[in-house]
Amino acid sequence: MTPSAPLVVGFAAATVLALTAACLLGSTPMGTERVLAALIGGGDAGDRLVVWEIRFPRALAAFLAGSALGASGAALQGLLRNPLAEPGVLGVSATASLAATFFLYYGFISVSAWGLPVAAIAGALAATALIAFAAVHTRSIITLILIGIGIASFAGAAMSLLMNLAPHPYALSDMINWMLGSVANRSLDDIALAAPFLLSGLVVLYGTRRGLAALTLGEEAAAGVGLNLPRQRVATVLGAGLSTGASVALAGAIGFVGIVAPHIVRPWVAHDPARSLVPSALLAGLLLVLADIGVRLIPSEQELRLGVVAALVGAPVFVWIAVRRQAARD
Amino acid sequence: MTELIATDLTLRVGRATLVDRVSFCLRPGELVALLGPNGAGKSSLLRASLGLQKRSGGTATLGGRDSERLSQVARARLVSFLPQIRSIAWPNVVRDVVALGRFSHGAAIGSLRGADRTAVERALDACDLLHLANRRCDTLSGGELARLHCARAFAAEAPLLLADEPVGGLDPLHQFRVMDITRAFVDRGGGALIVLHDVALAARYAHRLLWMKEGRIVAHGTPDQTLTAERLAAIYGVRACVDGLSVALEGAA
Repeated sequence: MTPSAPLVVGFAAATVLALTAACLLGSTPMGTERVLAALIGGGDAGDRLVVWEIRFPRALAAFLAGSALGASGAALQGLLRNPLAEPGVLGVSATASLAATFFLYYGFISVSAWGLPVAAIAGALAATALIAFAAVHTRSIITLILIGIGIASFAGAAMSLLMNLAPHPYALSDMINWMLGSVANRSLDDIALAAPFLLSGLVVLYGTRRGLAALTLGEEAAAGVGLNLPRQRVATVLGAGLSTGASVALAGAIGFVGIVAPHIVRPWVAHDPARSLVPSALLAGLLLVLADIGVRLIPSEQELRLGVVAALVGAPVFVWIAVRRQAARD
Repeated sequence: MTELIATDLTLRVGRATLVDRVSFCLRPGELVALLGPNGAGKSSLLRASLGLQKRSGGTATLGGRDSERLSQVARARLVSFLPQIRSIAWPNVVRDVVALGRFSHGAAIGSLRGADRTAVERALDACDLLHLANRRCDTLSGGELARLHCARAFAAEAPLLLADEPVGGLDPLHQFRVMDITRAFVDRGGGALIVLHDVALAARYAHRLLWMKEGRIVAHGTPDQTLTAERLAAIYGVRACVDGLSVALEGAA
């Protein structure tokens, strides 16, 4: 028996440390005492501003975006019974960022600030629903992954079109942000806009965890042991769409973290999809906080994008999992 | 007493009639074998009678209630279902897979308590899996996997069992072991409806045989009454020599 509690506690503690470390870093040199004092509400006003308005929101955004992707990845993997399923691979993130870009490009942002997360979530839901619908009609996981790749390619192409038509360099730079993924310059207000959707998505996913375990037996047998299959599908799609969409609204499309985190977690929870959900979310959040610290530490003229770093690490892991899986099957 | 009773059950998909006005019943304490060639509609009959696939006509009741109107959980507590496709997506350990059989009782695998824990251990014991309980299921042989799926079904402790080809792909010894396990379940008061392709095995173990062809039940009765060379020719199109309950297949008719 492998309870997930020690894993959850460990990842949560590491996350607190990483968030604190992220607050210590920045262009204005500040000693540990000053940062800690500012974090708990003391210190001088300037320090508090730097820590609470700049450093902490950025790190928190990375953690929230990551945890949404980790939980969505783990849940989609459980639903589709494949370790390669993930919002990035299945084109969910790309569709969300396309929808967000489209929204920005046509200037709807002036209507309401809520429009942005709502647009990203609508895009994510559309892609997730399409894949889940296709999953009902095909038993082949390869087909599903190919459909996802098709969706991702289409969203990428549409994105390129929008960039082609971009009216001014600022719009272009905005779009690049959505495509590549970044948490630079996020404020607590940005987080407040995305967080309600993101957290409710996570709650929905948490509610589906026992069903994800039952799906280990395959859909027909899962229905046989008492799973309400249509409800499970809808809830997983809804939860993954909400949290991934909100994550994209917050940080743009960041790929592969939703594959890597559950893959690391799974052996520690006896490969139980239910018990992998929470640790995967925490680990994915932690990984993005660390990756963002890395982005800020790597000396470069223009800051690297978080999503680029995540993909540089994540894509080889994706290939590695795919190759190993093939070897195990044959 | 929980019974599965189907009356004039019909299932059409598109223009094809997969199950055509089939009536049968399954009671606790009996083992019924469902026999018929590939494509006869056996799997469809199981799904439609359970209410897992929407029927086109007729009725099917489980414990006196319409099987389509039962909630998934209520159905799972009345009948365990072993479908033909028996996949295990992740390399879980044996005990955890068996624990999934307790889903309808609200059990979460990895933290079993009370009745759930007892039921899982009993099912492991009944299927001779206790010594393998902590093994990863991707390291099991075909025979061990077949017993694992039986244990998963028994763990629910439902009064009825519907199993679709539980002995498919097994060597003769493991076929006997799975049938012995099923027979023991029936002797303890369970009712089992089992799809089989091995007529001799069915004749040896089953109380009653349901012969199905082209969506219909064409014969129904004890092995003594219904197992004849003519029947095998009509159902499967094979020549056979039948002597009492022993069957020797000789070739295509």
